[in-house]
Amino acid sequence: MSTLGTLTRRGLLLGSAAIAGGVVFGYYRYRQPLPNPLPSAMLAGDLGEGAASSHALTPYLVIDQEGFTIITPRTELGQGIQTTLAALVAEELDIDWADVRVAHGPPSATYYTDISASAAPPYDNSALANTMRNVMGVAGRFMGMQLTGGSASTRDAFVKMRVAGAAARQALVEAAAQRWGLQAQSLTTRNGVVEHAASGRKLTYQALAAEAAQREVNPEPALKPRSQWRYLGKSMPRTDMVSKCTGTATYAIDVRLPDMLYATVVSNPQRAGMNSFDASKAKAMRGVQAIVPLAQGVAVVADNTWRAFQAAQTIAFDWQDAAYPADSDAMFATMRAELDTLSPDAVHRDVGDAVGTLAASTNVINVEYRAPHLAHAALEPITAVGHYSGGKLHIWTAIQIPTVAKKKAAEVAGIDEDDVHLHVTVVGGSFGRRTELDYIVQIATIAKAMPDRPVKLTWRREEDTQQDFYRPSALARMQGVMGEDGRPKAMQMDIISQSTTRGWGQRVGLGIPGPDRILAEGAGDAPYAAENHQVRAFASSLEVPGGFWRSVGASYNGFFHECFLDELAHSGGRDPMEMRLAMTQGTFAQAHAVLQKLRALSKWDQPLAENKARGLAMTLSFGSYVGQVVEVEQTERGIKIAKVYCVADVGLAIDPGNIEAQLQSGIVFGLTAAMMGEITFAQGRVQQSNFHDYPALRMAQTPAMEISILEGGGGVQGIGEPGVPPVKAALANAVFALTGKRIREYPLQKHVQFA
Amino acid sequence: MQLTVNQQPHTLEVEPDMPLLWVLRDELGITGPKFGCGIAQCGACTVHIDGQAVRSCVLPVGSVQGDITTIEGLGQPEKLHVVQRVWIEQQVAQCGYCQPGQIMTAVALLSQNPDPSDADIDAAMTNLCRCGTYPRIRAAVHQAAKTIREAQA
Repeated sequence: MSTLGTLTRRGLLLGSAAIAGGVVFGYYRYRQPLPNPLPSAMLAGDLGEGAASSHALTPYLVIDQEGFTIITPRTELGQGIQTTLAALVAEELDIDWADVRVAHGPPSATYYTDISASAAPPYDNSALANTMRNVMGVAGRFMGMQLTGGSASTRDAFVKMRVAGAAARQALVEAAAQRWGLQAQSLTTRNGVVEHAASGRKLTYQALAAEAAQREVNPEPALKPRSQWRYLGKSMPRTDMVSKCTGTATYAIDVRLPDMLYATVVSNPQRAGMNSFDASKAKAMRGVQAIVPLAQGVAVVADNTWRAFQAAQTIAFDWQDAAYPADSDAMFATMRAELDTLSPDAVHRDVGDAVGTLAASTNVINVEYRAPHLAHAALEPITAVGHYSGGKLHIWTAIQIPTVAKKKAAEVAGIDEDDVHLHVTVVGGSFGRRTELDYIVQIATIAKAMPDRPVKLTWRREEDTQQDFYRPSALARMQGVMGEDGRPKAMQMDIISQSTTRGWGQRVGLGIPGPDRILAEGAGDAPYAAENHQVRAFASSLEVPGGFWRSVGASYNGFFHECFLDELAHSGGRDPMEMRLAMTQGTFAQAHAVLQKLRALSKWDQPLAENKARGLAMTLSFGSYVGQVVEVEQTERGIKIAKVYCVADVGLAIDPGNIEAQLQSGIVFGLTAAMMGEITFAQGRVQQSNFHDYPALRMAQTPAMEISILEGGGGVQGIGEPGVPPVKAALANAVFALTGKRIREYPLQKHVQFA
Repeated sequence: MQLTVNQQPHTLEVEPDMPLLWVLRDELGITGPKFGCGIAQCGACTVHIDGQAVRSCVLPVGSVQGDITTIEGLGQPEKLHVVQRVWIEQQVAQCGYCQPGQIMTAVALLSQNPDPSDADIDAAMTNLCRCGTYPRIRAAVHQAAKTIREAQA
């Protein structure tokens, strides 16, 4: 106890010193300084046993005798973000990569995300500039919210986490200088050691940490020029790779606590309330400990997950009916009707006179496209561990909005936020699913009902598929006409879908006013110029549970827009590549360069064998321009996707190996949706339940890929999502080139057979 | 009921129809094999029984005959199996949730086929990966096969 007392006092002292430095927030002078949350997290044990004997020089760095823990406060969903964020700090701190450990750290407003980092394309006219202002307005309201999303993490962290590393290094060097009575300028650092070359003296960062933590920290230290980077711009070994290849990574489903119980839930498949239930059979089954009623269902708590699963399936329910149309056709019919009756949510582009030009033209193409609901289907179903004891609630789970989740858990448990300890784990995929609070409410409720016993909640796959917040279905009407010059003379596009931003905002308790930019993402901001060009978005009144799904609005608009361009090109007898090059020439230089590179990489101008064809699409999303060419081949078993060529301009490539991985990932994710992904409703219920009827791409159908990364400038851009939007359209365009069949919806396998 | 897992004998009293996965995870605390679907569709739960890859989420524990090996028994961070080492060199994992199953499937494949073709890999490696690490898994299987062959030459 005496040791703990000493350490505690020391931790507080060091913490105070770090607060005075305001390392991160000194940079953002327009913000009030926010506290360093680490000292209190150490005392609470949130960073693990032994953390209290460590030094928190900045909110991003803990130094202890074993090495360096870099706080990487974004959720590791598989995108490799914790490695990239750690590299930002390690680069400037000047430590050996082998000494780097990472931790998500405690939820804190200090780790807020500047969501505007997710969108800064080079808008070139006033309508788009207005859209941008809307985005910034929303961003302001997100301030203070710790969020992993919008492909924004690296961009958000690029300056502030390098500053954190550099400021800590400077404090360590100054501490050494003071101890030796030397000028700081005469000292150098290498791999966690401060050196004085002239005298040969050396001190480790560990030896200097206590003194360094008491110094004023420079809020604006000098950062290394790119020429001196040794980690950034390189492909770094991921910090989570060894644990993930040895079964030793701890996902929420792997958390083990003494006397732990195991739970699952059954919720209303019509996403409404519950009139009554009968769990008498379940209660009598082996291992069942409790039945906990929830707002829209029940939890079964047992001594083994499988026993909980078995018992859950014996419960009889009287559910309330859905608040949305009963089936998918009725949902599309609603949206089709609303396109004629609703006012636009926003006009995202209005150049020239698209409507007038189309009315005065002949040979106008007039088409309707649609996109289905899609599930996230991450491989780890929803999982969380909760332990309520002595008025305190500990939760272990993966969540992309930890500060909001902590607040919600406190509300549910009826305790102070300070008594909630949320341990954010790695997760077996998310794709946007972990931005929701439904399972936070569930685990807080279950834990509170089972005091002093830790409970692990695991959803059955069927529950995960049927209780998702789906990528909403969407519909677009598009009209266009080609000009004599090989470019579209006029394009008009009306898009309708539910507003995911507002629906989610309501669920998580954020009022988000103004137009929803996401409805037009990938269309209104598409990097193509036409003389007369209008893009309008409509927000449907449908209230189907809808959420953020990897690449969000661009996931359907990329398909609509890029297939439509293909149709226009063919209608004018033009090559789709030539037309796009003409539409980007001069106005969208980065898009133009991506297309040129893609033309060469894919050997676009070389004819293919008769049984082969190719299709093209290029989209801008989350700041990155991604062009893809899909090569298909007619075989006896159906259409084989032979190869995907991909060129991405990511602005500045921080980790090329990981960027390549994310693009490969985006292509596979997009192909899954394009070929086979579809969630349908009947009688208010989702009809799919597991991977047999909501399948995903496997090895045998995965094409060869050739990927090229460009750095067109403009700073770091997003990469987790931008690989997804173009591939659906590139595939559909390839199928058209191969078969002559123009398919205006996906999944494409409703119309063609894939090998 | 007797089970041998990673060379350790265990005595248990559970329902014989409980799937092996839940015996491993909840009764024995061996969490490397993952739960993904419960219907043998995804392969995240893959373990070896006498060297054969099986999907433990649908295998009743009462029908298990033979020694069970999980990813933990294959190799540890400080003592990696060659396939794990290649997986790490090739930086295969993203979310990583499917990778224990992928690796166990790959090891079983290579034990039967030391030089698999792309078609052999397509046929054997049917585990789902929602992150789409398939290009790197394919490269890793080829590289592991080469490494093992060279070590034996």
